[in-house]
Amino acid sequence: MKIRLEHLTKRFKSRDKNGADVVAVNDFTFEIPDGKLIGLLGPSGCGKSTALNLICGLEEPTSGKIFFDDEDVTDQPPEKRGVGMVFQSYALYPHLTVRKNIMFPLGNLKGDQKLTKEEMNKKAEEAAKIVQISELMERKPREMSGGQQQRVAIARALVKQPRVLLLDEPLSNLDARLRIQTREEIRRIQTSTKITTLFVTHDQEEAMSISDLIVVMKDGIVNQIGAPQDVYDEPVNLFVAKFLGTPPINVFDGKIKGGKVYIGEDFITDIRVKEDKEVKVGIRPEGFILSDEGTMKLNVAGIEVMGRDTILVADHDGAENRIRAVVAGDDAKGIRHGDTVKAKIRKGKVFVFDATSGERLGTEA
Amino acid sequence: MKDRIFKTVIYIFLSVWAVIVLFPFYWMLLTSVKSYSTYNAEYIPKFFTLSPTLENYSSAFTTVPLGGYFLNTIIFTLVTTGVMLIVTVLSAFAFSRLEFKGKNLVFTLFLALMMIPNELVIITNFVTITNMGLRNTFTGLILPSVTSVFYIYLLKENFEQIPNELYKAAKVDGTSDMKYLLKVMVPICQPTVVTIVILKVIECWNSYVWPRLITDKQAYFLVSNGIQEIRENGFGRDNIPAMMAAVVSISTPLIILFLIFHKKIMAGVSRGGTKG
Ligand SMILES: Nc1ncnc2c1ncn2[C@@H]1O[C@H](COP(=O)(O)OP(=O)(O)OP(=O)(O)O)[C@@H](O)[C@H]1O
Ligand SMILES: [Mg+2]
Repeated sequence: MKIRLEHLTKRFKSRDKNGADVVAVNDFTFEIPDGKLIGLLGPSGCGKSTALNLICGLEEPTSGKIFFDDEDVTDQPPEKRGVGMVFQSYALYPHLTVRKNIMFPLGNLKGDQKLTKEEMNKKAEEAAKIVQISELMERKPREMSGGQQQRVAIARALVKQPRVLLLDEPLSNLDARLRIQTREEIRRIQTSTKITTLFVTHDQEEAMSISDLIVVMKDGIVNQIGAPQDVYDEPVNLFVAKFLGTPPINVFDGKIKGGKVYIGEDFITDIRVKEDKEVKVGIRPEGFILSDEGTMKLNVAGIEVMGRDTILVADHDGAENRIRAVVAGDDAKGIRHGDTVKAKIRKGKVFVFDATSGERLGTEA
Repeated sequence: MKDRIFKTVIYIFLSVWAVIVLFPFYWMLLTSVKSYSTYNAEYIPKFFTLSPTLENYSSAFTTVPLGGYFLNTIIFTLVTTGVMLIVTVLSAFAFSRLEFKGKNLVFTLFLALMMIPNELVIITNFVTITNMGLRNTFTGLILPSVTSVFYIYLLKENFEQIPNELYKAAKVDGTSDMKYLLKVMVPICQPTVVTIVILKVIECWNSYVWPRLITDKQAYFLVSNGIQEIRENGFGRDNIPAMMAAVVSISTPLIILFLIFHKKIMAGVSRGGTKG
């Protein structure tokens, strides 16, 4: 089932009289295609949870509409919408066993949807099987690891066979290894159930690694929507460029002069922009090629070996921060702290942004 | 070595303490099995008796209708505790979960009520209940104690410890507020709820001043009033052994209750204490 948002807006009134209102979700208009896993990505406080709460019906929008397929669900209560939700802290009922936790939503069904005990049990067991916790059914939540609890939460969200699955930072309470495991688990579950899934995270790596589509938002505003690789390759503004990628993109103060982009005196790339102006230049860490013909001079401040590749840590006058460049291990041989090296810039790994608005400028020629 | 001395001292201290605490109980039991004449013959009361008798128990139940008082007390205790539980749980839910105008103000006023000593309230309650024409009725007996600010406060604090996300999760699944309260909040706060119930039962069982004030017909007397009556029924002197026998009969149900639930009571009290 696809989800369509039309001018969806949520404004929180400020508590004190003089404070400004918070627009947690600002004019969301986009469509989430059927059966896909969508990563909703943005820094803390940008309104991700609010967006999710609007879609599941826990919050009422200030204005705008929500459609599930062609059905307007804006005024429907959560249980009518057929959504399953998983919370950051799992929100399992601590006094109930796993089985009872998973069965809980089924107990609320009314009328001809009402199920017998056996049917509920069977459904709970099916859901438990999908997330592979069948052998833990009689445990209490506190007797399980974080990862297991997370799966129970997912099973509980799945048991009603929801049309939409919403996950609010489902992995942030897990340790690094479990996080990777569990996110692959979520991907597997989503692929096998084909439920349209919206996944909230502030971890770009997490979103990039499992999503079909990512929605990057900031301060309540959607900045960019697209496949992870497309967004990474073609960020629409400086914020999106900075937000995606590890190590993060290197940002420099630069200028355009006669259709050419310079950082300090170093020529970087050509650009189809007529007027001369100050700009921000972003170069992805993998955008540097060490070469004597290179036009960019870097002062090496250190070397970090990471197996096949090497990270060159360097300084440059125009850089906002220390530069981190990922280069092939062979190229970096013999380079020491204090050396000056020359680098060419790979096409497609450099982006030019307006210095004030942060909007992407011209596509390089 | 030092440890052992320390332990020994502690144990001696605790033993002495136990004796001090238990002695009144022993005295009560002892007196209840001394006959009226033996008791009055002992110029200095003895610490034991060689001729225990149960006659005080039968006289306690025959000189006054203690059985009827027992029944009254049971009705009074069950109804009061039951109604109080409903009132307390619902208001704690309102204060912790619902948003309504003036919530904080109302709650502050509630808390302020805790500052007023019980004895003062009794007077106004007496006037109110009398004006309502409820003297010598169960309603009049029960009505003033069906709510407790402190228990509402205790339970509200407990309810507020329950993470908000649990409520949201329940809402997404279409759980009604009532079901959420009964199936999630109350079970999670079960130790506190049990504690409140038990404390209330004890309070009801032992209540004396209010029932004495509001009833003057035997049909509505509670056991605590019964004791007083037995005492006054002595032959010119206080019938202390019969009274003690009545006291033993009255305390036994409570002591049994405590022994059954003491783990839960302790858990609830210590939890409520650290969090509330
Ligand atoms: N009930 C509320 N009343 C007032 N303001 C709120 C309320 N809920 C959220 N906000 C504000 O709305 C903004 C977005 O909050 P939201 O919880 O959606 O952020 P988030 O992106 O989920 O952040 P995080 O990653 O930290 O969970 C924040 O500035 C927050 O302070
Ligand atoms: Mg959030």
